[in-house]
Amino acid sequence: MKVNNPYLQDLTQGIVKENPTFRLLLGMCPLLGVTAYIVNGLGMGLAATAVLIASNLVISMLRNFIPPQVRIPCFIVIIATFVTIIEMVLQAFQPVLYEALGVFVPLIVVNCIILGRAEAFASKKPVLRSLSDGIGMGIGFTLGLVILATVREIIGQGTIFGPDPESAIHLFGANYEPMALFAQPAGAFIALGLLLGMVNVIFKRFNI
Amino acid sequence: MKMDKKMVVSSSPHIRTTESVQSVMTDVLIALFPVALMAVLLFGYKALVTMAISIATTMLVEALWLRKRDVFSDGSAAVTGLLFAMVLPPAPPWWLVVVGAASAIIIGKQVFGGIGYNIFNPALVGRAIVVMSWGGHLVGRIWSAPQPFIFGADISAVTTATPLAGHEEALAVSLTQLFIGNTAGCLGETSALALLIGGIWLFYKGHIDWRIPGGYIGTVFVMGILFGGGFYDNHLLTGLFYVMAGGVMLGAIFMATDMVTSPITHKGKLIFGIGCGLITMLIRIWGTMPEGVTFAILIMNAITPIIDRFTVPQQFGGG
Repeated sequence: MKVNNPYLQDLTQGIVKENPTFRLLLGMCPLLGVTAYIVNGLGMGLAATAVLIASNLVISMLRNFIPPQVRIPCFIVIIATFVTIIEMVLQAFQPVLYEALGVFVPLIVVNCIILGRAEAFASKKPVLRSLSDGIGMGIGFTLGLVILATVREIIGQGTIFGPDPESAIHLFGANYEPMALFAQPAGAFIALGLLLGMVNVIFKRFNI
Repeated sequence: MKMDKKMVVSSSPHIRTTESVQSVMTDVLIALFPVALMAVLLFGYKALVTMAISIATTMLVEALWLRKRDVFSDGSAAVTGLLFAMVLPPAPPWWLVVVGAASAIIIGKQVFGGIGYNIFNPALVGRAIVVMSWGGHLVGRIWSAPQPFIFGADISAVTTATPLAGHEEALAVSLTQLFIGNTAGCLGETSALALLIGGIWLFYKGHIDWRIPGGYIGTVFVMGILFGGGFYDNHLLTGLFYVMAGGVMLGAIFMATDMVTSPITHKGKLIFGIGCGLITMLIRIWGTMPEGVTFAILIMNAITPIIDRFTVPQQFGGG
């Protein structure tokens, strides 16, 4: 399948072919840190996506004004601005999620996906293409987080949509003893490794 | 006379061993037989059930993964299954055995490329996974007490503390009890006598080198004398207690000597054994867990490639 539209290509590239989680292996720190629950993974993914889109947009606009010698500090300042905004928004409207994500929200500043897209894409390409790249990469990252979080929460907790007892659905009944390993970071590594293997098998089969 | 038949010209190798993976694994299974027998004598039919579930799971999972019809195949899966059962408490829930045995084969061995490529001892990977997941069933709990020579006894009804839990628990068992195996513990680790018989068989067949078990048990013995707390009048006996209680003998003879995951050089084997002993005793004496054999051997497995790299023997006549 050949897509000629460059915007569509930038968008789908981030979701499938260059998925930051399963293909580029970027942003491992929040990926392993916050994916014990689907809600946390989704929240983290959306927060990172918002920062990514905004920073891609601004950096792409300013790409002709930023001197190449000091580009990284400039990128960091722009990214940190948006992270601070997101942090305050989360703190104000989603305090529970903010507590659960903890240090990983301020750490979005140094997330390799965001800095990587700024350096490799937004600082070289026009504004609209950077925008679609940001959206695509953001969706890809969120997808990776949610898939890993789903596996970990089902095996490690036996629920979906926890930890809030009102929304949590217990899948296996009261007698299920959850496999606590998958709720811990060590289990996140094992689950990620197995998922990566599965994704590679699927991609190979469909020649992606 | 046909002379041409008498002179075979071929390139090396000229001498071939009759040993195969299957023959080595069969020898290990034979070596494990006294240990398994002792486990059944001490803990009754539930020990037998645990072992049967474990071996059946590992062999089945491996055959399915490799898409083979031959379930026994090279025998390594059966060894992994039996060893995994040996490091379980006498009567764990059946699903715990199945999940642990399956992850021993899949995560411990097959994802690395199968036999010969695994970094960690598969049986211990299985144990580490179940310990981290369902610790309540395996550590820190009151253990099933053995009911010697009563095959149908309900062992989960009688419980006692593991001798490694503290000084009082340690003094509650005699060294003779520990030697015979009449004490609380995992299936295969209680009887030092049975483990020694198995070890001697493996040594006689040339499958294990004295350096790993020697280094391991020696280090545990020395550290037990020096830092063990001296709860017997004779400090030598305290050292002996640390060797015979818990899983040191099982680990030193059957786990640490795994050919795939231990160093190949002589010096490296000694370093490996001593390292296992040090980490085990560090965890036992100063750590929060009562027992540390599993993680000691897994950590040393991880640094085996480095040990091998730094202990390359000098070539004869070379540099």
